[in-house]
Amino acid sequence: MKVTTRVMTANRLGDGAVVYLAEEDDWVLVLDDAEVADGDEAAAALEARAAASAARQEVVSTYLFAVSVTETGIAPVSQREIIRAAGPTVGTDLPATTPLV
Amino acid sequence: MYTYNEFDHAFVRDRTAEFRDQVARRIAGELTEDEFKPLRLMNGLYLQLHAYMLRVAIPYGTLSARQMRQLGYIARRWDRNWGHFTTRQNIQYNWTKLDDVPDILDALADVEMHAIQTSGNCIRNVTADQFAGVAADEIEDSRVWAEIMRQWSTLHPEFTFLPRKFKIAITGSENDRAAVKLHDIGLRMRRNDAGEVGFEVIVGGGQGRTPIVGETIREFLPKQHLLSYLEAILRTYNLLGRRDNLYKARIKILVAAVGIEKFAEMVEEEWHEIKDSALTLDAAKIAEIERHFAPPVYQEIAEPVAPYDAARFTDPAFAAWTRTNLFPHKQPGYTIVTVSLKPAGGVPGDATAEQMEALADLAEKYSLGELRIAHEQNVVLPYVRKQDLHTLWQALGEHGLADANIGLITDIISCPGLDYCNLANARAIPIAQRLSRHFSDPALQSEIGPITLNISGCINACGHHHVGNIGILGVDKKGVEHYQITIGGIADENAAIGKILGPSFPAESVVDAIDTLIGTFRKIRTEGETFIDTVTRVGITPFKETLYANH
Repeated sequence: MKVTTRVMTANRLGDGAVVYLAEEDDWVLVLDDAEVADGDEAAAALEARAAASAARQEVVSTYLFAVSVTETGIAPVSQREIIRAAGPTVGTDLPATTPLV
Repeated sequence: MYTYNEFDHAFVRDRTAEFRDQVARRIAGELTEDEFKPLRLMNGLYLQLHAYMLRVAIPYGTLSARQMRQLGYIARRWDRNWGHFTTRQNIQYNWTKLDDVPDILDALADVEMHAIQTSGNCIRNVTADQFAGVAADEIEDSRVWAEIMRQWSTLHPEFTFLPRKFKIAITGSENDRAAVKLHDIGLRMRRNDAGEVGFEVIVGGGQGRTPIVGETIREFLPKQHLLSYLEAILRTYNLLGRRDNLYKARIKILVAAVGIEKFAEMVEEEWHEIKDSALTLDAAKIAEIERHFAPPVYQEIAEPVAPYDAARFTDPAFAAWTRTNLFPHKQPGYTIVTVSLKPAGGVPGDATAEQMEALADLAEKYSLGELRIAHEQNVVLPYVRKQDLHTLWQALGEHGLADANIGLITDIISCPGLDYCNLANARAIPIAQRLSRHFSDPALQSEIGPITLNISGCINACGHHHVGNIGILGVDKKGVEHYQITIGGIADENAAIGKILGPSFPAESVVDAIDTLIGTFRKIRTEGETFIDTVTRVGITPFKETLYANH
């Protein structure tokens, strides 16, 4: 099944930190606070806002990625985005998936 | 060691000042990311998954205690208290902030270091045998030539925008510890029939998605022609190398396309034109560089060294360490110590600020103030008196640096993988951690014997998986990390690319799979046979059969 829910992410210009686009064009550090786009139209709107922010030199490397939204919150689908959201798993004992908190 | 002259100092300072201005303009919004990216890459600054990563050059893996201490200081002040030593003998800081980078570069310049030539399509930081200048088996100190190449290649106007990055490695010994056959150009110092020392020139090696063992295009190149010959190779490549396809742009693809004989012919033709140009190295010029690498004043020490032997006989843990972590020195009474950065369950190549400072202190005390970084991601103390070994080993132990596992199964090479790297498909470090914990029993490691186990988180092969006796490659299989296993890879003078055993394994099965391979090896080895010799003798089939029978 195709995942249609997506979140816009980027790296913050100053420190490269992983950030997510939230309401009022705010970039937040916590994935759960991000704005979720459901469908192509909403995703395109996030892209336009992210591009404007990148043009204001606030962030770099903007892109959308797939998430699943459940009662417990927003979770990335890919391992890469799980690690970006939760930080390196180094030092842990390689759990099946990286816990998000 | 090489010390900067006025030109070097001014050049590095100017470069830092230039980058400070570029960073300020970027933060002020005067430069876009597209404009800024090539500038930051020329200064070793990457944007990775979680932060900016600064890759600092350690030319040919040699550094002073003062420089190592500064690397520790940088880790503490501007990063998260540690750094990661890489398979290119460099160090990477994973958590740098953009506006701190100019200050970091200034701190590096204070100790004659920089981050130039660690990125981009230029001639990268030259790598060398970590035992250069001290190994008993060496013909000559390869660092002299590595430094000559560094000076020639830094900001070489013709080779700043090559089709792709370009890596040169050099070894001064018949025994290749610098993986020279896996580089764009590999140089092996050798003697000709007349007893003169020169270079065997190997081209077209490399790992990545198209692993190729380099081939020799010249059996013997007289020393004075090194730069003109390299220039001829680079010119040929620069002119004919592909620029239309990133994956086909390395020299190995060009060499494979035209054939090694034809390529050698083209190089010789070009070389003929420039052979006796200003690039010829006269004796005075060579002597000027050699002066920097003059051997230290050694003490006359008679062998055997009684206190050293006594400590070995009375302290079994120390004795075990001396069996794995020492290498014969050319000077009687001295030895070369490899300090393992591979503790059981640890991150290969990582050192904390405190460990770097401790290593600097110990180098000052016991190794004439000098250290090396090995491409296997360990640290080397090149000038240790045997009588100091027991004390040194105890001091290393206080800092978690006394693991006795060099060349054994837990001495794992691992790239940063998906935990940090933007290019990775799968994690590498956690696999290394699980494996080193699984095989941590010293008796088991010793019984398994010499072996290399290398892990990369993607096909770019920074973790040298293609040339590990056992290689593990992380792949993305429908969004889930999987690991492909190869055996039979060799990185030394008998370089070979490992063979894939079969379908990949999910992360949780990798330790079992490697355990099965080792179990198979222990069953079928002849007495005293190493893993790679067994693979060479029996081929991959017995390993394949047991591996996939059990999984």
